[in-house]
Amino acid sequence: MGSSVKSLKGRQHELSDAFFQLNVLQAPTQHGDQFPAFAGRLQEHGLYPLKPTGTTILQVNMGKMCNQTCKHCHVDAGPDRKEIMTREIMHQCLEALQQSPNITTVDLTGGAPEMNPDFRWFVEELSKLGRQVIVRCNLTIILANKKYHDLPAFFKQHGVHVVSSLPYFQASRTDAQRGDGVFEKSIKALQMLNEVGYGLEGSDLVLDLVYNPSGAFLPSAQASLEAEFKRRLRSGYSIEFHNLFCITNLPVSRFLDYLVQSGNYDTYMEKLVNAFNPVAAAGVMCRNTISVGWDGYLYDCDFNQMLELQVEQSSPRHIRDFNAAVLDRRSIVLNQHCYGCTAGAGSSCGGETVK
Amino acid sequence: MEKTYYNPADLSKFGNISELQPEMGRKFFDYYGEVFKEGALTAREKALIALAVSHAVQCPYCIDAYSTDCLEKGADENQMMEAVHVAAAIKGGAALVHGVQMMNKIKELTM
Ligand code: SF4
Ligand code: SF4
Repeated sequence: MGSSVKSLKGRQHELSDAFFQLNVLQAPTQHGDQFPAFAGRLQEHGLYPLKPTGTTILQVNMGKMCNQTCKHCHVDAGPDRKEIMTREIMHQCLEALQQSPNITTVDLTGGAPEMNPDFRWFVEELSKLGRQVIVRCNLTIILANKKYHDLPAFFKQHGVHVVSSLPYFQASRTDAQRGDGVFEKSIKALQMLNEVGYGLEGSDLVLDLVYNPSGAFLPSAQASLEAEFKRRLRSGYSIEFHNLFCITNLPVSRFLDYLVQSGNYDTYMEKLVNAFNPVAAAGVMCRNTISVGWDGYLYDCDFNQMLELQVEQSSPRHIRDFNAAVLDRRSIVLNQHCYGCTAGAGSSCGGETVK
Repeated sequence: MEKTYYNPADLSKFGNISELQPEMGRKFFDYYGEVFKEGALTAREKALIALAVSHAVQCPYCIDAYSTDCLEKGADENQMMEAVHVAAAIKGGAALVHGVQMMNKIKELTM
């Protein structure tokens, strides 16, 4: 898939509509069977309604604008998406954080968060507040334009924890998922991060990689894949990194489109449902995270955000009304896509949830 | 009655073989599970061996299962195809090496 590919929204694709996506997720299979309701599975294990364990992470989606158009993107991000967070909403995020000392980590995502013109200002303000900042950097953005070439130095200056997607240690599968030439640029960007000290053994400039399967299959055990990634990236490109997070692709947005288009939807969902693991379910990331959309609305996670499933009605629903204590009493909004977080060893922004 | 001998949906029913003989079925699956655990060989290496063997025994269920398993375990396409060639080389070699037996027989029977 080249960079000329448009988002689902840009193509006016029916799956760009969250309501339509939810209908697909709830429809019976081709054989007329119904997948068991996710909520029911949680109930069997005494986890329903699902409650937060205490919010410690604020995930901020800074906008849908991105220099890439990855096939599996659950955000439906791309160069043609213009929705970005304003400085006003960022101020509201900072105010919310000031009142919430238990939130120790702010996880910046997008799109490519770095494309937001207020990105650097926001990172500076967050580090003044003494919060750990994570940036989900797609790597190629560092090379996309001269003005981004110094991002590694900027990240270093603020002790930012960099988390970057690299679907595979070879060009074939990486480019198939993320676009032609992405692998080569990603390698270069990783080398630039290594150069300033990121990812090196013993370095506190943390560089973690994220692995998403490039197709309709699940990720395998994180530890063995991490060892293989380390071996291949070190021998092939002299690249070092800290941890590999294995993330299951959730049937949302462009990955959902891929599943439907390729005829893999039913078997993939069946796989997720059969791999349901109650231990993974107990550790899903929505229990300690709140996700803020580019327009300030609050969600249980980034996936719920893309499906327009806001936090339940009795909770504050916008960052300007943020109240951690009230939010921590809410019930988390669930749907069939949640099976993706609870399959096998579990999946979250930090990889497996079963430790 | 199915019109074909192989139905992909039957793969997920593999476990049902225990219904008619629970004890042996259980022993087989325990053993199977043990074999595929990470050991002196990594789980990925074992998946590649299984993929090669599934081609040698020409089991479509196993080819399905271990193609997926190899992808999940991070094997790349080259490794997977090389594994199939290893199976092909052994199968081809095994047929050809019997050519020696044929040549022996020819010698025995001809002037
Ligand atoms: S997956 Fe990440 S890098 Fe790819 S299009 Fe989506 S936001 Fe951009
Ligand atoms: S998809 Fe979101 S709400 Fe559902 S289990 Fe995963 S993190 Fe929680």
